[in-house]
Amino acid sequence: MRTIDLTKSNIRELNEELHRQGGGANEDSWEVLNPRGAHAVAVGVDAPISISVKGSVGYYCGGMNKQAQVTVHGSAGPGVAENMMSGKVVIKGDASQYAGATGRGGLLVIEGNASSRCGISMKGIDIVVKGNIGHMSAFMAQSGHLVVCGDAGDALGDSLYEAKLFVRGSVKSLGADCVEKDMRPEHHAALTKLLKDAGITDIKPDEFKRYGSARKLYNFNIDNADAY
Amino acid sequence: MTYHNPQTVPRQSATFDDYALSEIRRAAATGIYDIRGGGSKRRVPHFDDLLFLGASISRYPLEGYREKCTTSVTLGTRFAKKPIELKIPITIAGMSFGALSANAKEALGRGASIAGTSTTTGDGGMTPEERGQSKTLVYQYLPSRYGMNPDDLRKADAIEVVVGQGAKPGGGGMLLGQKISDRVAEMRNLPKGIDQRSACRHPDWTGPDDLEIKILELREITEWEKPIYVKVGGTRPYYDTALAIKAGADVVVLDGMQGGTAATQEVFIENVGLPTLACIRPAVQALQDLGMHRKVQLIVSGGIRTGADAAKALALGADAVSIGIAALAALGDNDPALDDEYRKLGTRAGCYDDWHEGRDPAGITTQDPALSQRLDPVRAGRRLANYLKVMTLEIQTVARAAGHNHIHNLEPEDLCALTLEAAAMARVPLAGTDWYPGKPGASGF
Ligand SMILES: Cc1cc2nc3c(=O)[nH]c(=O)nc-3n(C[C@H](O)[C@H](O)[C@H](O)COP(=O)(O)O)c2cc1C
Repeated sequence: MRTIDLTKSNIRELNEELHRQGGGANEDSWEVLNPRGAHAVAVGVDAPISISVKGSVGYYCGGMNKQAQVTVHGSAGPGVAENMMSGKVVIKGDASQYAGATGRGGLLVIEGNASSRCGISMKGIDIVVKGNIGHMSAFMAQSGHLVVCGDAGDALGDSLYEAKLFVRGSVKSLGADCVEKDMRPEHHAALTKLLKDAGITDIKPDEFKRYGSARKLYNFNIDNADAY
Repeated sequence: MTYHNPQTVPRQSATFDDYALSEIRRAAATGIYDIRGGGSKRRVPHFDDLLFLGASISRYPLEGYREKCTTSVTLGTRFAKKPIELKIPITIAGMSFGALSANAKEALGRGASIAGTSTTTGDGGMTPEERGQSKTLVYQYLPSRYGMNPDDLRKADAIEVVVGQGAKPGGGGMLLGQKISDRVAEMRNLPKGIDQRSACRHPDWTGPDDLEIKILELREITEWEKPIYVKVGGTRPYYDTALAIKAGADVVVLDGMQGGTAATQEVFIENVGLPTLACIRPAVQALQDLGMHRKVQLIVSGGIRTGADAAKALALGADAVSIGIAALAALGDNDPALDDEYRKLGTRAGCYDDWHEGRDPAGITTQDPALSQRLDPVRAGRRLANYLKVMTLEIQTVARAAGHNHIHNLEPEDLCALTLEAAAMARVPLAGTDWYPGKPGASGF
């Protein structure tokens, strides 16, 4: 295992080392000490390595991640795992706004709560939040899954495209064009797998409701003007 | 005896003219706002309202074709490890695959590469055609983030964070169902055939402090190699330029209201934003106030048609200009040779702007395979290269006449204005005077 202490190295040195991994001679286990809220920790990594961050991080931790497993033993600032392509990012604490924004693949697990706009514009990523999520989550979400074991705030799934949302607790309000939908067997199966991948064993898929797009805003119609 | 009321000739209201009335009828019939492509069609103060002074006894000119007048531009010298070198001060603006056909994108890449300049991706990601043909490619980072991925980011020669566009500052992209083909749908990760409205604001940052961190992230992902541009629509050019500089931009791209778009509401195109002419001096002022003029480069766009327009923008302090509509015209958009076909679409050559409908007979703003086929990317690319070379020669001609051996030596003192409005906006004297409205120390204003 390699350890990088951010009181001794800077972010550039950290990311440069991480970007050198991949294609053969990998050090596959990394530990980052004293992040102290630094921004852009472990961004743009493209290697099957595991990175354990011991403390809280600032903006965009794990941004555009490919393949790597990033675990933050603390909380994460805005835009954690933004535009993630593949791999896994786990936040042991809470996550701030825009968690998993525009993510295109991989799994983001937030063991605490997530703030507003969780999964905004998501494009294929799977996000599992053990706690609650804030308002405007899954805004314009295009594809992927958002699983919320707690409650969702206002305007969930506003202007939603094809992402699938599962909420176990209450939903304060649904956004424009987002509706509750039937839980069919394929959804049940997908949810079961996501909970398992997120290491959640004490919650059953039956406890969730599914939300998705009513697809009424897909083609312009003046009688829907209030929703635009 | 019958009484004849003397008649006046029919008179149309200047306010309720043909266009205004047709728009009212159109809205009443369809219940949808008018969407179109192109830029503002109204007349606003523009580069036509400025003139160059040329050399005289106090300044001598350079000999055309013999004494050198250099046109190269380096972009991204502030932070990027690999700045961009362009042979000419004219770049091809960001236009998306989706809005444009793959052949049109390829033609832009070919033409720009021959002429020694860059092209820019758009709201739809990077296509292999464009990366393949563009020697220098700028990759846009837009609110929608369609197709965004770290591999393309690393393949790019520069990254342009798009905050806004002159045609629609504060508005997001639009691509109507007719143009969402299988390939476009897949690249954007959207269902086929929907009317797609892209976000107007970035999903994971707002404001200048966040932007600074976003730029840091993009630099970290790409090893601090690539110049990072920030593109803004012309609204508050002084503050936007200052804030982009503060956030760490290498290059500021400033797009005035005449700037083209692939598809936006008419109300936006004609009524929101500042004319290009009014944007440049405040932006240059911000660069100068922060000691960053020529360190952070300024690219100006919106209604640039000729070398003269470009030279005037450079004289006002820009480092380079960028073109959209003019580049499409060079490829063959709105060509009179296609007039019959334009008329079938209810318009005529020179007026066609329903680019969102995807029925472009020139094969440029379409995803229809049969129509796209009509554009030969090699020939069209050659036409673009010719046009760019002519523009460059024109800039050199004017610069030499003003006595400058590099196009960046053009300066406001080389210019005068034909109208009070242009004098005020460009901060150059009204022709024949030493005065412009708002001139520091000038009385009477
Ligand atoms: C067909 C078309 C598509 C465009 N697509 C984009 C885009 O995807 N992103 C963007 O920032 N600007 C886009 N623009 C705006 C151009 O980048 C540029 O700002 C503008 O065209 C400059 O003004 P001009 O057309 O008068 O030269 C587009 C413009 C046109 C004409």
